[in-house]
Amino acid sequence: MAATGTKNGTEITFLEAIRHAMFEEMERDPAVVLLGEDVGVYGGAFKTSEGLLERFGWERVIDTPISESAIIGAACGMSYAGLRPIAELQFIDFIACAFNQITNFVAKGHYLWNAPAPMVMRGPSGGFVHGGPFHSANPEMYFVHTPGLKVIYPSTPYDAKGLLKAAVRDNNPVLFFEHKFLYRRIKGEVPAEDYTVPIGKAIVRREGKHLTIVSYAAMMHTSLEAADALAKEGIQAEVIDLRTLLPLDEETILQSVKKTNKCLVVHEDTKTGGIAGEIAAILCEKAFGDLDGPLMRVTALDTPVPYSPPLEEYFLPNAKKVFDAAKELARY
Amino acid sequence: MKKELTRQQYLDLYYYMRLNRAVEDTMVKLFRQNKIVGGLYSSLGQEAISVGTAYALEKKDWLAPMIRNIGALLVKGVPPRDVFMQHMAKYDSPTKGKDGTSHFGDLEKLHIVSPISMLGDLIPVMTGVAMAGRYLGQNIVTMTWIGDGGSSTGVFHEGLNFAATQKAPFVLILENNLWAYSTPVKRQVPLENLSDRAKAYGISSYSIDGNDVVEVFTTAREAVARARAGEGPILIEAKSFRRLGHAQHDPAEYVPKDMRAYWEARDPITLYEKFLTSEKLLDEKGKKSVEQKIETLLAAERDFAENSPMPPPEFAATGVYCTGDDCHKITPKWERPISEVTPPKSSVKPVWTVEGFGSGKSSGGANAPIHFGDTKVSLQTEIPVTAASAKPNGSKSAAKPAAKKAMKAAATGATRKARR
Repeated sequence: MAATGTKNGTEITFLEAIRHAMFEEMERDPAVVLLGEDVGVYGGAFKTSEGLLERFGWERVIDTPISESAIIGAACGMSYAGLRPIAELQFIDFIACAFNQITNFVAKGHYLWNAPAPMVMRGPSGGFVHGGPFHSANPEMYFVHTPGLKVIYPSTPYDAKGLLKAAVRDNNPVLFFEHKFLYRRIKGEVPAEDYTVPIGKAIVRREGKHLTIVSYAAMMHTSLEAADALAKEGIQAEVIDLRTLLPLDEETILQSVKKTNKCLVVHEDTKTGGIAGEIAAILCEKAFGDLDGPLMRVTALDTPVPYSPPLEEYFLPNAKKVFDAAKELARY
Repeated sequence: MKKELTRQQYLDLYYYMRLNRAVEDTMVKLFRQNKIVGGLYSSLGQEAISVGTAYALEKKDWLAPMIRNIGALLVKGVPPRDVFMQHMAKYDSPTKGKDGTSHFGDLEKLHIVSPISMLGDLIPVMTGVAMAGRYLGQNIVTMTWIGDGGSSTGVFHEGLNFAATQKAPFVLILENNLWAYSTPVKRQVPLENLSDRAKAYGISSYSIDGNDVVEVFTTAREAVARARAGEGPILIEAKSFRRLGHAQHDPAEYVPKDMRAYWEARDPITLYEKFLTSEKLLDEKGKKSVEQKIETLLAAERDFAENSPMPPPEFAATGVYCTGDDCHKITPKWERPISEVTPPKSSVKPVWTVEGFGSGKSSGGANAPIHFGDTKVSLQTEIPVTAASAKPNGSKSAAKPAAKKAMKAAATGATRKARR
């Protein structure tokens, strides 16, 4: 299992990892600015930007009106002038309000007229907190389907910090999803010194030989939990954390599936049009002869995210569902 | 029409209006010869707006054109061949065939941002450029255009409001040409003057005759100076008329004849020629010399464009991403000391504080319940492998019996677990 931190570092929460990344990048490069709703005085709805205004001032930590298109548009304009803005969406659900600006303006600029837009669009995503249909979304696949963007969805504090720093330094528009369920629940060690995690590289979180579970974000932890239970029954599952969804690290998936010959994809996103379908296609194209069983998937239902706890629990994947699917797949 | 400009300024405005019209006339010919790949949009009768406004900008300033602002691009320094090649989808065009029309830009030299077809998106983008320019100490102004139709988009309002709250050095030209495709302005906006939109954002505005190039220029010059001085964004409504259809395919039969006749009698170039002649700034000889200069220039530019190759097909697969420093080295051009925007100089006192709030101290530290769902719990026990019951939150409070009952029911439904 790959390391997610170092012995010399300190243990911080996922949320602190985000805050530290922004803090350190703004410290390192005066071209980095932050804008979004309530990011300044209030420090962000989840306190991810707490303390940034006090340190970097009004010109670099910019409270905006409730205008997602204007936030993304202005960030894009800033990036054209050589800055490296971080645009916060208070909840990632609201990225839909800026869909046109992101998919038509931001994403197409480099291809069409050779204009790089080094900007990060980040915000809290995901369920398990009873946020209801407008505060729980996993809208990553709208954007994975948009050439010109990069899409990151980390699962550990180490990766969150390293990937956010890499995103700020990247010359392309990067969408950075932060699973809000992980914010204060997941802790991990991060090194004291500056580091980045490469965009576009998946990682094997747990080695195994009987089947491969491909996952990311909160579902990575669920998959590990299921893998623990599977191990007790003698099934060794290899767990891959995608970390970046676009560009997708096909190599790591193929390498693992060529070894285990079976693949289960677990994502919190809804089923139809989720990344599992894309991975199924890639395996059919490039590893058909290696498969000993069908690609299986454990995902959320094809519905909006319901509010009431029993409904949401039914809607979301969990370790039991992963465990059951993996057992079924292992029988092939 | 008389205002105090230099002779050179008067003649520049004339030259660029004539050039604007001649470039578009040439493209109509190319269109009829099937040499233009997509649609062709005309600014016939609106040249004074594109030329007069863009002419008010300095070289360091930024602009972003709309589809009918070829004139603004020419004033900013774009060679006519680039406009021709864009429309002809040639490999030597600024986008190398990846996009057409006025959809191209130049971040490095000319400071032009490319538009997209969705109206209004440029308003927050140019606001962002203006904010960045101010942050970097460049003292620039940014400008873009929008139509009467585009002024009803959501992003128009989001963008202009944000620009206003930021006091961004940004000038927005609202070209009211009376028609959004086939819909007359009265069916789009219940306002006599579209400049009244500015009142909603608390910014200054003007409504002017868009067919009077001197008025357009002097108003834009004043607005640019005010924006540069820190007054914030300014909206200029330039009233005019779209003489041709939405694009070449549209005969615009929906336009009333008397409306068309009125505006055709107010052609901005004819009006300006009369003024220049009466002011003895232009005579027949001068006019001929401008025509000759433009004809020679455009013949060469058109030749170049026609001889440019089409892009190789496989070029379609390239350039989606910037590959790093070898592709673009991004370096902001600082014109103020960086120390002003870095600690300790950048540091400010918090506006207000609440004891313990968000500080990680008295309210539960990193696990403070700041927002819903943010309660302390470990993930391992969080996602249940099997459904299990849990006790509801807050049951020890003095809840009313009915509420207690409801909570109990919820608890047996095994539901509050993920919160805890």
